[in-house]
Amino acid sequence: MDTLLVPPEALQPAARRPGPLWLLAEVTYRCPLHCAFCYNPVDFAAAGPELSTDDWLSVIRQARAMGAAQFGISGGEPLLRDDIETLVAEARSLGFYTNLITSGVGLTETRLAALKEAGLDHIQLSFQDATREANDLITNTRTFDLKRKVAALTKAAGYPTVINCVLHRSNIDHLDRIIEMAAEIGAEYLELANTQYHGWAFLNREALMPSAAQLAEAEAVTERWRQKLGKKMRILFVTPDYQSKKPKKCMNGWGEVFLSVTPDGLALPCHTARMLPGLDFPDVREHALDWIWHDSPLFNRFRGTAWLPDTCQTCEDKDKDHGGCRCQAYMLTGDAGATDPVCPKSPDHALIETALATAERQDNSHPLIFRDPKASKRLERAF
Amino acid sequence: MTLRPRINRLFRFQWEPAQQAHVLLYPEGMVKLNQSAGEILKRCDGTRDLPAIVADLEASFNATGLTPDVEAFLAMAEEQNWIDWTEA
Repeated sequence: MDTLLVPPEALQPAARRPGPLWLLAEVTYRCPLHCAFCYNPVDFAAAGPELSTDDWLSVIRQARAMGAAQFGISGGEPLLRDDIETLVAEARSLGFYTNLITSGVGLTETRLAALKEAGLDHIQLSFQDATREANDLITNTRTFDLKRKVAALTKAAGYPTVINCVLHRSNIDHLDRIIEMAAEIGAEYLELANTQYHGWAFLNREALMPSAAQLAEAEAVTERWRQKLGKKMRILFVTPDYQSKKPKKCMNGWGEVFLSVTPDGLALPCHTARMLPGLDFPDVREHALDWIWHDSPLFNRFRGTAWLPDTCQTCEDKDKDHGGCRCQAYMLTGDAGATDPVCPKSPDHALIETALATAERQDNSHPLIFRDPKASKRLERAF
Repeated sequence: MTLRPRINRLFRFQWEPAQQAHVLLYPEGMVKLNQSAGEILKRCDGTRDLPAIVADLEASFNATGLTPDVEAFLAMAEEQNWIDWTEA
């Protein structure tokens, strides 16, 4: 009989790849701060209306059913929505680890109590600098004192104090004071993230990029504090892509662990992918998350390594880095499928060398363009 | 004074159906635990000291002489910040 020619394993459904582990909900692009290093798209003001609470609840339930365990809420400033308590409560009750990524603006005692009651596991608070003047300058707001107050509130509520500070040319020389301040506040964890040049940060790259000497000094300062504080405060220093000479496996691989949803409902394999041209971004109101993750052209476009360009195909590190960051490749070369120019083997690596050489000149003639809806509408560009 | 291990508040310990394993969740990450690690950490709830944890494990798994293994694991877990010790 013909059917005997079919090997038995062919009758089994193919093993499916695992679902996402991490759902990031970017619930709004609205933000009270106007940071010039924001990774949000420059044209965020042109995005469609925000998802409703029910839309978000549906996304949360679907992602958890697929095995996601991490739920991050970010933005913009997520506290500008009044329903994040509801989202946290649902996510937490389904078993998600819930993490609020916030500037702290809007985190009143009342809201903090409500979030705690909803089961929020963790709060990551961003600081922009160690002094009032510098913080308020780069954010174009007056928020410094407020942030210290919020840090004290979250500590009193029993949360570990986890601070994120983005480093760039104007604050990196204050790093000693920044770390000292984090220690004074009693932070358990400090992430020092060098600016990654996406969105507004790419627009302001010439004004933000530190020199090699500034970076080296920052690493030395960080090491001194690590020796001094030991386990009392862990310090993570994220080296900037441009200087690292090593492309990063973006989001741990396109469509492998991470799924982000934009305020207006687009599902993305990384926070910044909506800048990429010629791709159809699936809307969570029109498609099931399962289809989006497993079957949508977007999530399969740069999955694995088969699509990699020749430069990467012959490289022994291709499984380690998957050719680097797609958005960086696109922003710098115009081709989202190119080798990330950060890699010294990239035919376009000179673009990085040029940017680094420009940073060495410390030319301060580029005024910072602050992230706000007016500038967003005026500029009409993605990055 | 007795010291009792408990899960560090930077982590959450739970059974994860999709992984078919106990896991430690922390911001933006997850440690997938093997069965023995899961069984030990399940008992690190701040109410039991080391001898009590060992006794419970030995009773549950019909084993003896687990003290050195459990001690070694807890030392590693403390180094990783997964647990801390609370005074009774």
